[in-house]
Amino acid sequence: MAKSNLKKTFLTPLGKDNPVFVQILGICSTLAVTNKLDNTLVMTLGVMFTTALSSWTISLLRNWIPSRVRMMVETLVIATYVIIVDIALKAYYPEMWKQLGPYVGLIITNCIVMGRIEAFALQNKPLPSLIDGLASGMGYAYVLLIIAFFRELLGTGTLWGYQVLGSWWTSWAIMIMPPGGFFMLAIFIWIVRENFIKEETNE
Amino acid sequence: MSELLFPLAVFFASIFTSNILLTNYLGMCSFLAVSKELETSAGLGIAVTFVMAATTSLNWLVYEFVLVPFQLEYLRFIVFIIVIAAFVQLIEMVIERYSENLYFALGIFLPLITVNCAILGASLFMVIREYTFMTSFFFGLGSGLGWLLAIMAMAGIRQRLRTAKIPYGLEGAGIALIIAGFMAMAFMGFNGMISIQ
Repeated sequence: MAKSNLKKTFLTPLGKDNPVFVQILGICSTLAVTNKLDNTLVMTLGVMFTTALSSWTISLLRNWIPSRVRMMVETLVIATYVIIVDIALKAYYPEMWKQLGPYVGLIITNCIVMGRIEAFALQNKPLPSLIDGLASGMGYAYVLLIIAFFRELLGTGTLWGYQVLGSWWTSWAIMIMPPGGFFMLAIFIWIVRENFIKEETNE
Repeated sequence: MSELLFPLAVFFASIFTSNILLTNYLGMCSFLAVSKELETSAGLGIAVTFVMAATTSLNWLVYEFVLVPFQLEYLRFIVFIIVIAAFVQLIEMVIERYSENLYFALGIFLPLITVNCAILGASLFMVIREYTFMTSFFFGLGSGLGWLLAIMAMAGIRQRLRTAKIPYGLEGAGIALIIAGFMAMAFMGFNGMISIQ
């Protein structure tokens, strides 16, 4: 019983309750780096790390946090993990750190992190909270990786920096510029909603 | 560019060519959620402009005179967000005390602003681009005005779209993102005018 619950906790954010295309949360900070696959991967790993561990921490502390200052405590916990991500990235991967610029810090205001804490971690035990946070981060990550895949492929003809499409390919410059991100996300949401979400409500 | 003109250039650039919403995707959450009515959008936009101009200046002072001398730059995320939250709280109390009308017009938006990524984003950009105090203030003000411009344009378009028939999958966020995409393309037209980095 307990095991199937955990499995459900893990699977819901990946599909039915996906933070991006169902709840439309948290696209702020990460959409900006989806013009390249490697940027996106590093950024989403940072989000996964932060969501999972801050959910876990808040869940451990949930009985001791006075509800009046709960937002402040949550923000501080999130910011602590984001600082860890930032420092680690700066130390081991300085080039990437430079490219991502302020966006690593903006994970703090990513609505998914705070949203999962408010909606889940405050009422649940540490382990399910950790899994919920991790799964939400993953549900978020794969959507953005798909978007980044198409933006990089169509925008520059490369994947992960390697030339994939031959010289016959005319790069769609618009895809790596800001409007491309908006269009790709809209198209993705459209396809998913038309094909999957509708069927579920009809059943 | 001369010392005097640079803040002004940054001001215009942050409204048009590097609009914080349309080129950096910051503040998307409240942008998508609130842009259904013109009036509420204007209220939120004005509140964002005000808070952004004030917090970029405040954060600049804190960063330059507290964090840098003590070599605590790595704490900037926490410190900036605390400054923003405290400032918003303070403004809320001041407005509530002195102007009831303004409180009803803007008060409900203020708590939303603490978690608006654009506000923190503006402060972080300011640090990375190493702006001076004057430039930071104009950058914050310009970014806020740019955000206001974008959300009001969006609200105007969405009000017109209310009667339009939209495919099921695109209802709500989908169509809003497509409009934002077109708006971003239109704003790219300003590119030749001015640019900052």
